[in-house]
Amino acid sequence: MQHTLEQFFRALRAADVRVSPAEAIDASRAVSVTGFADRTLFKDSLCATLAKSSEEVDRFDAVFETFFARDTVSLPPPSASEQGEPSEADMAQVADSPLAQAILQGDSTAVQQAMEEAARRAGVAEIRLTTQRSRLTRRLMEEMGVEEIERIIANARRIPNGEGEGLANRLDEARRALFAEAQTYVARQHDLYAAASAQGLREERLIRKQLNADGGVDPVDYQLMQGLVRKMAKRLAAKYSRRRRTSLRGHLDVRRTLRRSMAYDGVPFDIAWKVKKVDKPSIVAICDVSKSVAAAAQFLLTFLYSLNEVVERMDAFAFSGRLISVNDILDDHGVEQAIFKVLQQIGFQQTDYGTALQDFCDQHLDRLDRRTTVIFLGDGRSNFADPRLDLMRQIHDRSRAVIWLNPEPESYWAQGDSVMYRYARFCHVAKQCATLEQLERIIEDVLRSYVPH
Amino acid sequence: MTISSPAAGSAANADPLSSVDALIEGLGSVGYIASRRIATALYMSVNLEKPVLVEGTAGVGKTELALSTAKLLGLPLIRMQCYEGLDESKALYEWKYGKQLLYTQILKDRMGGALADAPDMEAAMERLHGMGDMFFSEPFLEPRPLMRALREDDGCVLLIDEIDKSDEAFEAFLLEVLSAYQVSVPELGVLKAKTPPLVFLTSNNVRDLGDALKRRCLHLHIPLPEASLEEKIVASRVPGIDAKLTRELVGFVQSLRNLDLRKSPSISETVDWARALVLLNADSLSADLVRDTLNVILKFEQDIAAIEPQVVELLHHR
Repeated sequence: MQHTLEQFFRALRAADVRVSPAEAIDASRAVSVTGFADRTLFKDSLCATLAKSSEEVDRFDAVFETFFARDTVSLPPPSASEQGEPSEADMAQVADSPLAQAILQGDSTAVQQAMEEAARRAGVAEIRLTTQRSRLTRRLMEEMGVEEIERIIANARRIPNGEGEGLANRLDEARRALFAEAQTYVARQHDLYAAASAQGLREERLIRKQLNADGGVDPVDYQLMQGLVRKMAKRLAAKYSRRRRTSLRGHLDVRRTLRRSMAYDGVPFDIAWKVKKVDKPSIVAICDVSKSVAAAAQFLLTFLYSLNEVVERMDAFAFSGRLISVNDILDDHGVEQAIFKVLQQIGFQQTDYGTALQDFCDQHLDRLDRRTTVIFLGDGRSNFADPRLDLMRQIHDRSRAVIWLNPEPESYWAQGDSVMYRYARFCHVAKQCATLEQLERIIEDVLRSYVPH
Repeated sequence: MTISSPAAGSAANADPLSSVDALIEGLGSVGYIASRRIATALYMSVNLEKPVLVEGTAGVGKTELALSTAKLLGLPLIRMQCYEGLDESKALYEWKYGKQLLYTQILKDRMGGALADAPDMEAAMERLHGMGDMFFSEPFLEPRPLMRALREDDGCVLLIDEIDKSDEAFEAFLLEVLSAYQVSVPELGVLKAKTPPLVFLTSNNVRDLGDALKRRCLHLHIPLPEASLEEKIVASRVPGIDAKLTRELVGFVQSLRNLDLRKSPSISETVDWARALVLLNADSLSADLVRDTLNVILKFEQDIAAIEPQVVELLHHR
């Protein structure tokens, strides 16, 4: 059973449920307490020890059902002429093939067991790719001893007067049933061990994909991207939203202690410790959704949306010609709906950074204080209009940090109508951010040092 | 021979910890209707002596599970509410500074006398050292929830509520307590529990917990219940409620959960609503009644505004 459990852990790992050796030991201990007899109990006890979040519970359930699905092989019934026990002549024919014996006796459990053992020898569980399936099925059949059976069939057919015909037909039928069974078995192993790695491959490719390339993200990958972006935003928020006051344990606040002791006739009765206050930061995010960033707009807005979901104090703005606050839209709608609404209201017009900055400074400048981090998402292409660097400087001076994430590579920043290199002077950080990978790196490195924590 | 058992014994004849089914029944007898998965997790936790990390949206009965377990096993419940900035001195122990100071003040004269006849400075210092230890001993120790739980010799149920609200540093500090059921106090040495407490940690997923903590716990996710289970829960929590009304209100709440709301009603809201309806002497749901009491199950103005026009439709849809 230990081997089976180990295989099961491997299948879980393939499905992205993290099973460490310590957890594996726990699971084995749990199983030794509950036993295998009660399937639900067995499953629930494994689930309690192995799956550590609700998503993992879902994946665990799926893997468990696939892994422990043991439908028995359906063998063809003995033909009408030879009811009951197989004839001795037939048994003599198959004396040297245990598999054929099991088939003739209708012992499906033995056949199933033979298949499990053959699968272990053939290394079916090592399957990695879809294309390996047919080869592994063939190897599985070979390991089960299908050649023996074929030989017996051939021999039986050679017996004169067709006396061996019944036996041959029956074995032939069983062989075909076995083949079908082996195919489903291998397919199931593929689902268990290889399907998840294909998913991983897709995610990896998506992480590196240029999001402002033509057409942006494939609609197929869209959900995947949302998931990834949300994960990143959540990680950012986790660094963020904690710890406003940490008491410095053991550091006496002499001034406050003396002050309090006045009530007790100078006896320092009520001790005050030093406390470090950590400001709760806030974010202002300003997102460009104009024509020039059309391809990347979806990505930028997804990031904006996820950020809005996880950061408590966040003001979100979007602009192309003019600038509007999109907080309400992001709060009230689902992600796709929200992106659609934002684009519908303000998207895909002529960019005008100058006017947008003017709008921001006229109406929302009071949102900025020394705790605010301003994040710009945009390409810095102003259609040759006045970039209003004076306003940019104002924003820079008022806020704690200005971070600009640009979907275009740095070499484009001074070309054409791009004024990015001029804006970059007023940014604490200006980085290219065209792929999920870059976004992740920025969150890790840059925001950590510029967001107060 | 008759064994006179205390009142608690009458609820469950068999040992509630003997099997999962006995546990479900036992929890049922103290008013907690547990699903099989919940009971199994609890059963494993007792048998493997591991803490349980309970997750789920607000109001599905995470805290209630700990309370009911304590009631069922007849153990004291020690509860620790986590919050930002919670640290060792509030969770584990603290020296009673005030008392220490008060005693030194009162004993000042005595000490002066005791030290007066010391021949030289060193001898006086020596004596003072002896007294110093006196002030860092048990009587001056203020045990906080974690230490209290470890010092319960007959075992107890320790509820660490909303662990996700605490800092990462505190989470790391908990690791020793949770895996070995011991803590080290510099002045007193290592304190180990005679009987490991049964530990419940609850989390609302405000932040992701560290892998180290998760690894030390059994994980239990309590989902929103199915209709039949929820009806049982309502019936057990609100005695005297009409079966038809229960079915109707549970059906209504279940259909609300399929809608896109900011906060879906959870079990506690269903139970509150049932109580409110019983108070209003209602025996069946009508559209007006639902509209008047909608604020019991929905906690956001937008949700109420979105549902109000649909009430009739939702009532008939079932």
